[in-house]
Amino acid sequence: MGVASALLAGLLFGIGLIVSGMTDPLKVQNFLDPFGTWDPSLAFVMGGAVAVALPGFALLRRRAGPLFAPAFRWPAREDIDARLIGGAAAFGIGWGLAGLCPGPALVAALSIPSVALVFVPAMLLGMVLARALAPRAPRAATGGAAHARP
Amino acid sequence: METTFTPVQSLAGGAMIGLSVVLLMGTLGRIAGISGIVARLLPPGVERGGRWTGAAFVLGLLLAVPVHGWASGAVPAGTMVAAGPLLALSGLLVGFGAVTGNGCTSGHGVCGLSRLSGRSVVATGIFMAAAFATVLVLRHLGGM
Repeated sequence: MGVASALLAGLLFGIGLIVSGMTDPLKVQNFLDPFGTWDPSLAFVMGGAVAVALPGFALLRRRAGPLFAPAFRWPAREDIDARLIGGAAAFGIGWGLAGLCPGPALVAALSIPSVALVFVPAMLLGMVLARALAPRAPRAATGGAAHARP
Repeated sequence: METTFTPVQSLAGGAMIGLSVVLLMGTLGRIAGISGIVARLLPPGVERGGRWTGAAFVLGLLLAVPVHGWASGAVPAGTMVAAGPLLALSGLLVGFGAVTGNGCTSGHGVCGLSRLSGRSVVATGIFMAAAFATVLVLRHLGGM
C-alpha cells in the first residue's frame, strides 16, 4: 500500500505540474522576468499548493502517525547555515538559466528530448557531487534532515 | 516570447501538487521534496529504508506525461530557453544547489512554506532572488 500511495502521489504531483503549465521552461522563466514578458502564473501554482498543504499539514499534525509508516518525519532543523544559503543561491541561478527545477525536469524529460538527454543527467551528476562533497552524513536531502540535528 | 497567463489552470494544478504532498505525508510520513527523494536514490550512501517508495514516487512523476496524454490526448507544451553547455550548467547547479541547500521548489517552496519553516522561508527567498537576478542579467543586461 505504501508503494501504491507513493506512486499515486508522484503521478498527482506530475499531472499538477503539467496542468499548471510548470513543465514549460519558457513559462517558468517568464515568471522570473517582471521587467519583460512577465507571466505571473507560477505564483498561482505556489498559492494553490500552499493553500491545500498548509491546512493539510496542520490536520496531519493532530494525528498520531501516517497510515503506512511508523511515524511522521517532519524536518527538525531550524538553523540557517552557509550550506543552506549557498545551496539555495546556486539552485536559484540554475533554475533561472533554463527555467527548470527537479520536479518539472523529471516530468518534461518524457516530452522534451534535451531535458532527458542534457538537463536531467547534469542534475543527477550535480546531486551525486553534492552528496559526495557533503561534510558529515551523506543524507544531505530534505527528508533525511529530520535526524540530522536535535 | 510571451506565454499566456493561466491563473485558473495554475491554481488548479497547484492544488493537485498540494494534495500530493499531503497524501505523501499522510500515508508515508515523508516530505515530498523532489530533490531529496531523487538524491536519496543516488550514490553515495543509497538509503535502504524508503527506497521503494521513493522510486515509486519518481516513477509516478515519469508517468505523468503518458497518463495525462492518454486522458487528454495532448502533449504538454514546452519551449526550451537554454541548450547545450548552458543547459548542462543549469542542470549541474540545480542538482548541486538543491542537495547542498537541502531542498528545492517543492521541499522548501511548497512543503517548507506550508510547515511555516523559517529555514525554508529563507531558502525560498534566496533561490527566488537568485533566479530573478539571473534572468535579469540574461535577458536585460546583455546576457552572459
